[in-house]
Amino acid sequence: MNYEKYISKNVREIPPSGIRKFFDIASEMDDVISLGVGEPDFTTPWNICEMAIYAIETGKTHYTSNHGMTPLRQEIKRYLSERFGLDYEIDQIVATVGASEALDIAFRTLIDPGDEVLVPAPSYVSYMPGVRLAGGVAVPILTVAENDFKYTKDVLEKAITEKTKVIIMPFPNNPTGAIMSKEDLEGITSLIIENDLMVISDEIYAELTYDKNHVSIASLPGMKERTVVINGFSKSFAMTGWRLGYVAGPIELVDAMVKIHQYTILCAPVAAQEAGIEALKTERKNGFKQVKNMMNQYNRRRRFMYEELNKIGLACFEPLGAFYVFPDIRKTGLSSDEFCERLVKEKKVACVPGTAFGEGGEGFIRCSYASSMENLKDAIERITEFLNENGWA
Amino acid sequence: MAWFDLRTKVFKMKDIRAEILDILQDDAKVSNKEIASMIGESEDAIAAEIAKLEQEKVILKYKTLINREKADYDHAEGLIEVKVEPQRERGYDEIAKRIYRFDEVKAVYLMSGTYDLSVHVEASTMKQISEFVFEKLAVMEGIRSTATYFIMRKYKEHGVIFVDDEKDERLVISP
Repeated sequence: MNYEKYISKNVREIPPSGIRKFFDIASEMDDVISLGVGEPDFTTPWNICEMAIYAIETGKTHYTSNHGMTPLRQEIKRYLSERFGLDYEIDQIVATVGASEALDIAFRTLIDPGDEVLVPAPSYVSYMPGVRLAGGVAVPILTVAENDFKYTKDVLEKAITEKTKVIIMPFPNNPTGAIMSKEDLEGITSLIIENDLMVISDEIYAELTYDKNHVSIASLPGMKERTVVINGFSKSFAMTGWRLGYVAGPIELVDAMVKIHQYTILCAPVAAQEAGIEALKTERKNGFKQVKNMMNQYNRRRRFMYEELNKIGLACFEPLGAFYVFPDIRKTGLSSDEFCERLVKEKKVACVPGTAFGEGGEGFIRCSYASSMENLKDAIERITEFLNENGWA
Repeated sequence: MAWFDLRTKVFKMKDIRAEILDILQDDAKVSNKEIASMIGESEDAIAAEIAKLEQEKVILKYKTLINREKADYDHAEGLIEVKVEPQRERGYDEIAKRIYRFDEVKAVYLMSGTYDLSVHVEASTMKQISEFVFEKLAVMEGIRSTATYFIMRKYKEHGVIFVDDEKDERLVISP
């Protein structure tokens, strides 16, 4: 039977994921050191796991309200306010199944067929397909190493048309590790306001910045009313598998997003919500000690990778957020794809080609440093051999 | 806003000492070169600071954490609660000194609570530990009583879990 005709045109046209191939190669091999992992290597702090177990034991196994449990949203409200100076009422906050669901309901709420959405390139793999599934047209905005992979006013200005409705702000950025400082953001807010755009700000890596504290674009004058803030527990509390995120924004938009959320998801998993309460509450009481400790560990590894890669001749700009370095491999004359394929086959080090993250990724590879120092050291040695043996050092 | 301010301090490069100690406490085999990379200092600065830490006896020794159960030779460890008569002018120090000088004694702590000294002993067999207790320790002048507890299994020591090999459960590649 030919199923092609049954699959919607929208889905058919979505290209296959650029990381699938490397997953298949790497997962077949033994002793691969993976720098390809997009999640923390820490396990969830035990107090959080223990609280979720207790919640299940005591019968917390039911639906919660669509928005999520009130104590969870109270903790999120407090966190956003104390941490980023973002003041929301709890009705303006919805707990979602990871930041991924938050992105999806934001896209579907804001986008009509034909609406244009500005997406930085390279950036996280879900934005383009997500926009497309919502019927929108994703417009890639090339960010370049020379500008530290930031949005700049000139480039945005050229891309904005009458159809532009939304701009995605994913900083700190996966895969580049770029951040947008307060000053950088101030440079583009007037453009956003003049063109009456809505912002979807994906701040999932907000706790992982290594120079200054993260600044949310929603905290700048005139921006809160036109920003949907998306965040979650995956990266800051090492809780990827729990699937817990949240979205906060203007009440009218949140109410509209809840329409989709209530019919497609109903509510985020209750055990994850209990875990989320514990995460925020205990960390707040302890001065965010665990989060800071994780950040400090990442920071050491970040410096190590940044220095070592530059030393062995793979130039990279200094990433100031997330847990990725994004070295330039153009001097080898290989494409990102070829480089990664040969590196994993010849030296058993798995990285992700920049092209998996869209335009502008060619010539770069993403190396995650969410891995033990031993692994990172080992990986650097193997990459050095790889470069030497091929005469690229 | 309290933790907000606290956190900002992390960025002001925690003093290099604290960073070095933190790194070495976790892994004493990390080279000076690697520490230099990790905290963004020169290798010479790291070497100088470590020399100073050693000289000041902040760093006392670099040891190896061994899982004796896997090392496959006879080994026994026990914790002894000791009640003592503190001595005039010398308090607990003198008696502690008489205890910690024995080779089999690996650690001695003065405790709050229902007993005074906690003594950690190691030997090849439990019998040797028993003999040490009734021949050397219990009979010592100034000691009122002892209670000996043998360690049956180690689950975690110095922050390292002994009993299971936790493996990386993550997918090899993920977005």
